[in-house]
Parts: sequence; C-alpha cells; structure tokens
Amino acid sequence: MSEGIGARVARKEDKRFITGKGKYTDDIRMENQAYAAFVRSPHAHAKVKGIDASAAEAMDGVVAVLNGHELTGDGIGNIICGWAVSSKDGSPMNMGAWSALATEKVRYVGDAVAVVIADSQALARLAAEAVEVDYEELPAVAFADKALASGAPEIHHNAPGNLIYDWEIGEEAATDTAIAGAAHVTELEVTNNRLSPNPMEPRSAVATYDAAEEHYTLYTTSQNPHVARLVLSAFYNVAPEHKLRVIAPDVGGGFGSKIYIYPEEITCLWASMKTGRSVKWTSDRSEAFMTDAHGRDHITTAKMGFDADGKIVGFKVDTIANFGAYMSLFSSAVPTYLYATLLSGQYNISNVHCNVRAVYTNTVPVDAYRGAGRPEACYLIERVLETAARELGVDPGDLRRKNFIQSFPHETPVIMTYDAGDFDGNLDKALAAADMAGFPARKAEAASRGKLRGIGYSCYIEACGIAPSAAVGSLGAGVGLWESAEVRVNPVGTIEILTGSHSHGQGHETTFAQVVAERFGLSIDNVSIVHGDTDKVQFGMGTYGSRSGAVGLSAIVKAMDKVEAKVKKIAAHTLEASEDDIVIEGGEVKVAGTDKAMGWHEVGLAAYTGHNLPDGMEPGLKEGAFYDPVNFTFPSGTYIAEVEVDPDTGVTEVVQFTAADDFGTIINPMIVEGQVHGGVAQGIGQAMLEQVVYDEDGQLITGSYMDYTMPRATDVPFYTIEHNTTVCPNNPLGIKGCGEAGAIGAPPAVINAITDAIGTNDLQMPATPQAVWSALQTVKTPMAAE
Amino acid sequence: MSNVTMTVNGKSVSRDVPDTTLLSDFLREDLRLTGTHVGCDTSQCGACVVHVDGRAIKACTALAVSLDGSDVTTIEGIANGADLHPMQTAFKAHHGLQCGFCTPGMIMAGIDMVNRYQAEGKALTAEAIRHELEGNICRCTGYHNIVKAIEDAAGAMSGMAKAAE
Amino acid sequence: MYETKYHKAGSVADAVAALAGADEGKVLSGGQTLLPTMKQHLAAPTDLVDVRGIDGMQGVTVGDGSITIGAATLHADVADNAEVRQHIPGLAALAGGIGDPAVRAMGTIGGSIANNDPAADYPSAVLGLGATVITDKREIAADDFFDGMFATTLDEGEIITAVRFPVPQRSGYAKFPNPASRYAMVGVFVAETGGSVRVAVTGAGADGVYRDDGLEAALGSDFSEGAVDGVAVAADGMLSDIHASAEYRAHLVSVMAKRAVANAG
Repeated sequence: MSEGIGARVARKEDKRFITGKGKYTDDIRMENQAYAAFVRSPHAHAKVKGIDASAAEAMDGVVAVLNGHELTGDGIGNIICGWAVSSKDGSPMNMGAWSALATEKVRYVGDAVAVVIADSQALARLAAEAVEVDYEELPAVAFADKALASGAPEIHHNAPGNLIYDWEIGEEAATDTAIAGAAHVTELEVTNNRLSPNPMEPRSAVATYDAAEEHYTLYTTSQNPHVARLVLSAFYNVAPEHKLRVIAPDVGGGFGSKIYIYPEEITCLWASMKTGRSVKWTSDRSEAFMTDAHGRDHITTAKMGFDADGKIVGFKVDTIANFGAYMSLFSSAVPTYLYATLLSGQYNISNVHCNVRAVYTNTVPVDAYRGAGRPEACYLIERVLETAARELGVDPGDLRRKNFIQSFPHETPVIMTYDAGDFDGNLDKALAAADMAGFPARKAEAASRGKLRGIGYSCYIEACGIAPSAAVGSLGAGVGLWESAEVRVNPVGTIEILTGSHSHGQGHETTFAQVVAERFGLSIDNVSIVHGDTDKVQFGMGTYGSRSGAVGLSAIVKAMDKVEAKVKKIAAHTLEASEDDIVIEGGEVKVAGTDKAMGWHEVGLAAYTGHNLPDGMEPGLKEGAFYDPVNFTFPSGTYIAEVEVDPDTGVTEVVQFTAADDFGTIINPMIVEGQVHGGVAQGIGQAMLEQVVYDEDGQLITGSYMDYTMPRATDVPFYTIEHNTTVCPNNPLGIKGCGEAGAIGAPPAVINAITDAIGTNDLQMPATPQAVWSALQTVKTPMAAE
Repeated sequence: MSNVTMTVNGKSVSRDVPDTTLLSDFLREDLRLTGTHVGCDTSQCGACVVHVDGRAIKACTALAVSLDGSDVTTIEGIANGADLHPMQTAFKAHHGLQCGFCTPGMIMAGIDMVNRYQAEGKALTAEAIRHELEGNICRCTGYHNIVKAIEDAAGAMSGMAKAAE
Repeated sequence: MYETKYHKAGSVADAVAALAGADEGKVLSGGQTLLPTMKQHLAAPTDLVDVRGIDGMQGVTVGDGSITIGAATLHADVADNAEVRQHIPGLAALAGGIGDPAVRAMGTIGGSIANNDPAADYPSAVLGLGATVITDKREIAADDFFDGMFATTLDEGEIITAVRFPVPQRSGYAKFPNPASRYAMVGVFVAETGGSVRVAVTGAGADGVYRDDGLEAALGSDFSEGAVDGVAVAADGMLSDIHASAEYRAHLVSVMAKRAVANAG
C-alpha cells in the first residue's frame, strides 16, 4: 500500500498511546520534586488586604509559601497580550496589569494570590487551604453588556467603563446606505455561548532550576514550546532564552487552551529557583474550569439587506466580546482579525461593517478556542442567511447559491483575499450525500413517531495558516507567523525532521513522515519527526489555527528542496552525470533513462564521509528552512445537520450529519476525517450542550463535569464526510487546513436544523432540552404536526 | 498508613500507603504505571478505567486500601507480550485515538463491555456501544472511530473466545 | 482528601463498633458519591468503615412475596439478577441505568439510599415500592426513612444491612438524566403493589424523593399513560437550576410518569 500523500496510513505514534506508554507532563517525575498548590480567590472581585501563611508554613513538609509581592519583587513581569489592537479613534487598547500571583486585587474566582510548595500534592493542597487571605469584597460584573453599562464596577483603573477597545472594520456609511435602500432587511440578535475547551489532559508543569548552570527546564502542556520560552524570557523575565529549555512532551489535546502561558507555569519556574526543588503542578478538572482560558462569549446584533432579487447588499454587525478579567495572549485578535475579517462568508457582498467592543468582566480570561473568531463569524452569517431565507420564503440553499462568490481571487470588504474555492460544488456534494430529496419522507416518518424532524445548512469559510508575518505585524501581532523545519538525512539514509509544529493529537508523526517519504521514495518507518523541545528543535511557532499542514509542512518542503538539490549534486558528481538528469525515486538516486544509480543511503554516506564530494561542497546532509506564507488559506465547505426533536421533553437528537469540505490537498484522509469528526462533535457540543455559566456576582456555576455538559458518545451520530478539493494556490503542497472546520461549520447547521424542526427561530445556543422545550411552548402549532 | 498488596498485571505488588490513596494514585505514583490517566475529579471522564477482579471500575473513585487482595489489570497489562490485544489493534486500525489521553480508559471500558455482552450472549450494536460509553469522555475523536473500533474488536474477541474453547 | 482512617469490617458488629469508636465515622460502601465528595474536601470523615466484606451484606434473596437485597450489593448485580428482572423489572431497569458501567460495578444500594442524594435513582424505587430498610437494629418503612435532601432517619452509627422489596404486580421507572452529570434530573418510579399504586419522584423535589399524591390517585383508578394527562403537577417545591427550571421539572414529572407506566411490567 502506498504511504505517500493521499494514503490512509495508520498512525506511527499510536503504539505508545494504546499500550499506556505515552509520556505526558504529569507522568514525569524529577529527583527532589516538590508540588505546588495555588491559593485562589473565592471572590470574583476583591482587594487583597493581607495574607497570613503562618499556619501553612508551620505544617510539616511545607517547603515554602510564596506570594505576588515576592514574585514581582524578583522582577517577574506581568502577563501580556501579544497582539496590539487599537480603537477606531486611534487610541491603544487598555491592557490592565496581570501578575501571575495577584498583589493588590483579585479579579475573578480562581485568581491566584499565593502558592504553596510542599513535599506531596495532597499536603500542598491542604496547606493552601490553611493560608488565610484577608479580602475586601468589591462589587463584581460577569456579563459583557452589564460591564459596559454606566455604574458597572471598574475592574482595571486604566480601562474606564471596562472598555478594552472599540474597534471597527469596513465602511459604515456605505453599509448603512446600502441597507437603507434594501428591499428586505433581516435583523438578528445572537449570543455565542461561552465555552471551556476541555482537552482531556489537564494542564501541568514541572519546573527545575539548576543553580550551578543558572538554567531552567520546564516540562509543560504546550501547543507551542518556543513561543512559551520566548514569552517567559522576554516578558516575564524568568531567564534568558538560552538559559531556559521548554519541553512539551505528549500533550493530551489543546484546542487553543494550551497556546497561552499561564500564571502557573511562570510561578512553578520561579518557585523552583526560590526553593531549589523541582516544582510540579497538575491541574485538576475543577481548577481547569477556573483557570484555562475560555472561548467565544459574544453578544451580537446584525442586519443584512437584500435587493429584490435576493442579492445581499449590505451586512452590518455590532459585537460585544467578553474578555474576562485579563487580556490573555492572543485575546485581542480573536474578535477582530479572526472574526470580523470573515464576515463576508462565502458571499459576494459589497458592503460589510463590523464594530467590536472588547470588555473586561470578573471572569476567567477568554482567548482562542478551536476556531477562534471564525465560529462566531460563521454562526452569525449562517444564522442570518437561514433566517432571511425563511422570511423571504425561498429555499435556503438557493439564497446562498445566488450570493456565492464565483471567481477567485476575490477581495472582500473586510480585507481578506480568498484565493480558491468551489462553493457550489461543496453545496452540491453535501446535498447529494445528505439525500435532500428524501428529507420530506424522513420528516413524515418521524412525525408518525411523534418526532419533529428538521434540517439545516451551514456554508462556512474560514482562514487558516494565519500570515504573512509582515501583514499580521502591520495589524499589531507581536510575533511572526511563519514556521521552521530542519531535515536531517543520516549517514545511513534515515531521516529526522525537526519541526516547529507541535502535535497534540493531530498525527504529525505520521502525516509529516508521509510527505517526506513520498518525496524521497522511502518508507515512513525510515522517517522520524522531532518536535516539542526547544533544545532539540530550532525556533518554531507551534500548532494552532489549523496551521501545521499549510505552514509547518511547507517549511519542511522548502528544506527538502534544499536537500534534494544537494543530493542531486552529489549523485551527479558520483555518477558523472548532469544534475538536471538526476531523479529520486524508489529509494534510489538515478540518472534518468540509464541504469546508473546510487542507493539513497549511499548518497547519505557519501555526504558524511566527504571522501568524494564536488569541489567546494561542505560535508553533511542537513538543511533548514523557514516558511512565511504569502496569504491565509481558506478552507470552506457545506455542513448539513438533520435533527429530531421530542416535543414532550425538548430532547434533540442529531440523526444525520453531513460534511462536504474543501481542505485543499489531503495528506492522510483517515486523519483529516478524524479532525472533522472531532471538530463537528465540539460544534454539536457548542450548539446543544456546552456553556460556561457565571452568576451575576461572578461565581462560576459550571465548575465541573457535574454541570458543564461534555459531548458523550450518545450525543453525536456517525458522520458522513465528503471532500470537494480545490488546491490552495499559495503553498507548495496546496494544503488549506482542516483542524477547526468542524467546530466552525457545525453550530449554525445544528441550530438551523432545530429551528426548522420546532418552527420558531427564537433559540440561542446551547439548545438544551430545556431551551428547546421552552421555545416549543411559544409555538402553537409545530411545523411537523401540521 | 496501611499495607496494600495486590496482583497488578499478573505481578504481586505490596506498598505501605496513606489510607486516602486512590487506586489511580497507587498505580501512577506508587507503581509508576502512568498509562492510567486522571481527567476529572467527579468520576465522569473515565480516563482512569481499569479492571479490578474482572470488572471495569474508575480508579479515581476507589481507595487502594479497600482493594487489598484484588487482581488489577491496567492498560499496560492487556497485551500478550508483543501481541497487542484486539481492542488495542482495533483502536489503531480505526484511528480511534488522537491525543491518546482518554485512550487507556476507552480501551479498558471497551474490553469490559465486549466481555459482558459476550458472556450474556447479547449483540453489541453501535447503539449499545455508545450507551456503554456513558462514563468515558473523549474530546478529540467525536466518538465515530471509537465506536467503529469497539465494534471491530468485538468481532475479533469473539473469534478469540471461540478459538480458546 | 483530608486524612482518614480506613477500617475493613468483618461483621456488622465490627462495623458498628468501629463507627462507635470514631470521632466522625462514615460507612464506606461503593464510595461512588462519598469519595468524590471527600476529594473535593466537602466531606471529612475521620474514619471510613468499609462494609463490603461483611458476610451476608451482598446478594439477592427471594422470600415469600418479597426480594431482599443486601446493602452492599452492586448496582450491576441488581440489574443483572434474574429474580429481580423477573419479579421487579422496574427495579432492575433502574439499577441498570445508574451512572455508567464502571460506577455500577462499585456503587451499592445501601450507599445510595443512606446518602439520599436528591438526584439519586434508588430512593425512588425504595419509596415507590414501599420497601423496608433493614438496619443493624431495626426495620424502617420507606415512608419513614427519607427525611429531606441528603437526610434520613438513620441514627448516628446505624448501618443499613439490607432492603426488602415487596414484589409488585407491576413496576416501571423512567429517568430524565441531567445532561451534564447524568444523575436523575427527574426520575419517576411507579408500582402497583397489593392493589395500590405508589408513584415516587426523584431528582425534582427540593426536599428530595417524594410521593406524588395526584399521580397515585389517578393511576390508582386507571393505570394508564392517559390517566397521567389529567394530573396537574405543580412547580411549587421543585428544584430549579441551570439545567431545568421548576416549571420544566414539573412538566418532566408528567412525561416521565407516562413513560414509567409504559415501561411497567
């Protein structure tokens, strides 16, 4: 069986996971290891008037109790947001100070004020309870719209009215004019529910300070160890980069939540220096709900104008985004450059305007979660489109088709240039696979069982491989968004690939090997992928935003280009032929059209012995590359959800789910489909199950799996997956990216289906049984019962 | 502190541990069998599922001391030397895992459900598998390939049981 | 978890003595609720007295017109027991739907009813069947046993040894699980025993498991799904949380009552 691009190859990394031999951060135990437990605020907003740690310090086995004054006193810097977004009046965003251990004030339930280091985890937790903190409670606000209201409690003194920025994109006047002249205007208010990413592996860190070398080692659950090291070094002043090694070993899922550098990792590093012990911290699930960055949480009103022919003439959007108590690493970019720039959807719209107000509240910081801004954009557009189709009495597919962008490149009014796509083709494939023609019969059959059956679409487009670096830099990004690779061909011909991408479930050890093996005609068994260790791998940017294929693999291809060039020179020299006649295939380096050939391993050996190389050639066979994309990539697709609602209880079952995706070139369809399955399940979770709930006072109600509903096996169907490929013209392999599509496209399809079933459009996510039942109570005659 | 003696993956082990030691901690920290994972603190996620005296239980919700004398099997103990258990093989073949964190619990729960259904002579349908996975949460796979893997392994295990007869 | 001392009781007398000698002792049975509670520092017993090894506390005994289940019998073993399935199918179905398979392989009936969690399943069967709770010193009728949320009329140090269920003409259970925890958000147990109908509701009431007089009267005269339609279930006194308002819970009581009747066998 082929192992190259397009082959369904079983994963090389699986064996360690299925035998219990994976190596996750919490599995690591250092000599002389102590354990950290954090003293966390039970209040959403309070002044810290004093900390009495004497009882904890007196406990046998407690190594130290450390607080924020000591931390800042040692020069540990504040946690920052790395993307500067300015308000429309030109003023910079109002970033409030965030210390890893709070000193003057706590701003959300879970904000850490001190850390206990002790000989065991159990003891550290008991001692943390014995630390007495004198709080003066302050009024708190948990909801973004209330935080903006006059008289709301002020969370950061440098953010009057709790406003972080008031930002806009697009032409407001032109959009207003277009909508004013529209034949039909659809208005919709939507909330995008707040979510907790919930990778199954909780966050963990093990920090070790070597006093003799003045060197730190941090094992941590990170999607991007180099970015972690950079930020820990440059902003938090833990140590210079060459004195800090960050290792992200096996990581049990991320979904965005493990991009950021949190207070706990910083504190563990600093505490290991303070105590002379290795310091380990592992979150439990309750702590994860309280401290892992949340996602989404938008309140939006939108208006879309149509001409008499059903063509969209303008789209106006006003969004309030809840940022929580502090600005997390990429928080500012999520509801701006990752959200508003996608508000043209798959549609040819001349006028789009979006205003976004980012707001502090007394809640956990909010940042990118699988999809990050794009799910919010897609949900809004596709809910508005579906609503409009119902208001206009036209087929929702036809209304979309009428407005699809047909030629590429296409420049939207919100600064994106779509490079390729086939939106009609996506819709056609999805409609066929979902058997639209059979829907009325299925609906009637469901009605005979007393069930309300509905169907809903979503035509999503997203932007992945966020870049080029110069462009994102001009938009305020503090980093470049390229990727690095090094290809090391060993003297025996086997290959190690050092990549700046990080795999935490995506299967890079297999898919990257497939690309390399195909290029050089080798077995994937002869290729290994090295990642996740700043001492082993050159600086890289990590894995998020569906970028590893489009950006990370492109860097590998560039490095392979250089290797190939050198291999051809060596072979041409050895075989006495012209470089142009050398071809690499089937494990051999040959002179085309002759029987002259070297084994691949012989070229490696020649390179490393250096006995007979072309004049002036350096020995060795190892090449590196940095790849900076020229544009985002634009995966797109059509998703169709079919649901059945039990009108007696409101219980909704997703009975069919069809995805037709355009991801560009696919390396391993099995893995790509797995990404869609998981993304769709998270999308169904957002649509029907999941929501982080705070009460008015900022107390977290959904603090465990007792109250936060995770999708389980019975909550989701088998998925039907179709591919409709148009190749991305802007990277060497033609890849667009697939990691987030499911989470982006699924929620509107599900809600469109449920609202179709129940006959009212008045439904917000999550469509829990209670929410659906309540909505049904407002409908006199459900459609299916007619 | 109490002495706990168990047979774990076929080997007798004995340790003095605090009475509050959970089986998951005993396995991970005292025996350094770190394949058993802990993903929640309220007994919902199932990453810690192991077999005790032939039944699947949640190792995070059992005291080691209360299982003194038991026979425990963990993810590290189900392969027969280099031969993987059919459930392990099926998870790989069907891409039933991504990040791998929930996988040990899924595999242990999968083996348990197949054993129970086969002992009762009941068919383990896809619907039944989903229902039986009530106590195992996966965030990566959307369950599709996990269900397929368990279906496939059930067939292989049935063949294995017949061959052993 | 706070420090605690574990005792393995070899007999009921052993267990009683261990509890009597403890500052704040607690019976450890399956531990499926107690241990998570202790892990979160919400309970801090000084001593745990494990009753699972006590002879006679596990297993199902069929008597004359009744089935007695040892307090330390696992949910899985009740669900799979042929006698229970045949004679009290509602009880077998209830036991087979508690938690998940791994929880059912550890949790016990005695532990469940002693804790009287308002979202637990078993209290509805005990009350709905009019069972008798047998302890180390007396027998307590179900109607006298449950005493509000997380409370029972057990004395300090009193240990449940078994529960005796009368065999009904028919019984059925229907549960609406909490979407997140999968505990009962509303569970209704219906049973016709000795000519009279009892309907017990768990998960819904602010005071824990209760009998619904209106449903009992209606089903007493006509044991059918249709009979439930005529009964108004009031939202007063129902629990209300992010998953279900009192109104929604009251509505679900009616729906689950119908399904329990339909399931009854």
